[in-house]
Amino acid sequence: MGTAIDRFDEKARQTFDSIGRTEVYRGELLRHSVYTRLLHWAVALFFFLALFTGFGIYLPWLFRWFTPVFGGGALSRILHPYFGVAFVFFFFFQMLNWLTPMIWCDGDSKWMRNIRRIAASQEKLEPPDTGFFNAGQKAMFWEIVAGCIVYLITGIILWAGARSFGATAVAISYVLHDLSAIIMLGGIFIHIYLSTIGEPGTFQAMTRGAVSEAWAWTFHPAWYKKVTGRDPREDYEKARQQQNTTPKANSNPN
Amino acid sequence: MTDRKTLQTEKISGHSGPSPGLGMQRDFEVCKLVDTTTCIGCKACEVACVEWNDMPFGMTTFDNTYQTMPETRWNFWNLIKFNEHQREDGTIQWLMRKDQCMHCADPGCMAACPADGAIVKYTNGIVDFNQENCIGCEFCVSGCPFNIPRFNPGTKKVYKCTLCSDRVGEGLEPACIKACPTGCLKFGSKDDMKFIANERARQLKENFGMENAGVYDPQSVGGTHVIYVLHDATDPERYGGLPKNPTIPWSYTVWKWLFKPVLGAFALFGGLGVLMHYVSVGPRRPQPEPPEKEAANGNGD
Ligand code: HEM
Ligand code: SF4
Repeated sequence: MGTAIDRFDEKARQTFDSIGRTEVYRGELLRHSVYTRLLHWAVALFFFLALFTGFGIYLPWLFRWFTPVFGGGALSRILHPYFGVAFVFFFFFQMLNWLTPMIWCDGDSKWMRNIRRIAASQEKLEPPDTGFFNAGQKAMFWEIVAGCIVYLITGIILWAGARSFGATAVAISYVLHDLSAIIMLGGIFIHIYLSTIGEPGTFQAMTRGAVSEAWAWTFHPAWYKKVTGRDPREDYEKARQQQNTTPKANSNPN
Repeated sequence: MTDRKTLQTEKISGHSGPSPGLGMQRDFEVCKLVDTTTCIGCKACEVACVEWNDMPFGMTTFDNTYQTMPETRWNFWNLIKFNEHQREDGTIQWLMRKDQCMHCADPGCMAACPADGAIVKYTNGIVDFNQENCIGCEFCVSGCPFNIPRFNPGTKKVYKCTLCSDRVGEGLEPACIKACPTGCLKFGSKDDMKFIANERARQLKENFGMENAGVYDPQSVGGTHVIYVLHDATDPERYGGLPKNPTIPWSYTVWKWLFKPVLGAFALFGGLGVLMHYVSVGPRRPQPEPPEKEAANGNGD
């Protein structure tokens, strides 16, 4: 990738690492640096602020539910674009930060064709070529990149209104802005589910920044191999055998 | 028309239910008739509008016409549009049209408005903006096929002609009507105005040889509560952008009232979907999973 971007990201990560802490215990791997985590939560915060101010204006049936939270309809309308711009602003840096690991590769297309089996949990372990991010995560990332571009263009048109851009441009932007929001919201549901209760052990990647080795060889085997230099399948098998030979710890009557 | 029941609310923008008390009274629809063939461009109606609505004086832009300003403004709701039309024989016809809110039966502004109560339509046909409920999103500006609502950046609210709902509610005629010296403006029930307009159009055809004379009451927005008599109803565009077939953009019809709720619900079902996944397929855990507690087998049901 562009070296200027790499250098910028590197610098930012170093700066934030000197401010925040990431503790990686034995049996764990570093997943996300302080910089990445801060960006992620800034993105998430402003996404939801923009979402909820947007909800009030989205449908008449939601108006009375969501606008009071932000001090009424008029204030919601004033705040919404600023929340949106902040969301796009922080995601822009996240995009630079993740450009390299998000590059689509052959393994990802294979993963996508296999998505039914993965969603049905028929494969306990991810295919061995799944790297730092899997194809689903990459798809969501690029969807957000595309969505941000749509938000930004249509959002500016809606912000300045028909008196600046004409009635037709506003009417079209209105639809595209909504569509972008609906698609992104659908994706975020899946995202939140998988990063919390759907795939236990993931959430800490974005809080403490570290994940267990077992999490890594299960969900991102190629990445595991890269950072540890060991074979994910072998380590998994070893852990399984160890587990079978240890006496049943939980048969203790206490 | 002497009591306030003429301001019974029929429709409310962004409102999730019927208007309270609707259909309790029999009410007739009001209408303003503008006969462009007898307008002399004196602008008395412009002055009366500014006077009655207590608008501050504003600078105007001169662009080599008699027109007071290029477009209506948030504080100037009634504008005579001056247009020169070249006839086939090369002579010039000078057209004057009073531009203001048309008070549509099916208002595009209202379809577009997301704010509960910012726009109301009374059963007498008047469409009125309630600035205290306006959130300043300006969607009405793009929903209106006549380009009428005007945004005031100072107050962040939208304004337009009220058809003098305050006067009409008290049994008076709108200020512009009262000021008109030629009888070009008339006010009364929709039925009466339609009758007069059609009679006038017939006169123009039979006595003045204007075979295209007609009445402008566009049915694409359900008819309007301001109607025009035009010298040539086949080409309303020549009267300073009066649309031949005014329509509300589909963004504020099919999209807003059908696709938005349906797709929105779909997105929420996405949330339900992941929960269903959780209870049916269950979470994917890092492997190997810790061995199950044997006693637990058979305990659950
Ligand atoms: C409460 C809500 C959220 C939670 C709990 C959450 C949690 C997480 C976690 C744990 C990761 C790391 C996944 C990994 O390391 O593999 C992650 C990644 C990410 N998050 Fe979030 N997130 C939330 C909201 C959002 C929102 C609102 C956005 C953007 C609109 C977002 C965008 C991303 C992206 C693009 C990634 C990287 C790709 C991926 O893992 O899918 N997140 N999130
Ligand atoms: S002319 Fe425009 S502002 Fe007036 S009622 Fe029709 S849509 Fe609304």
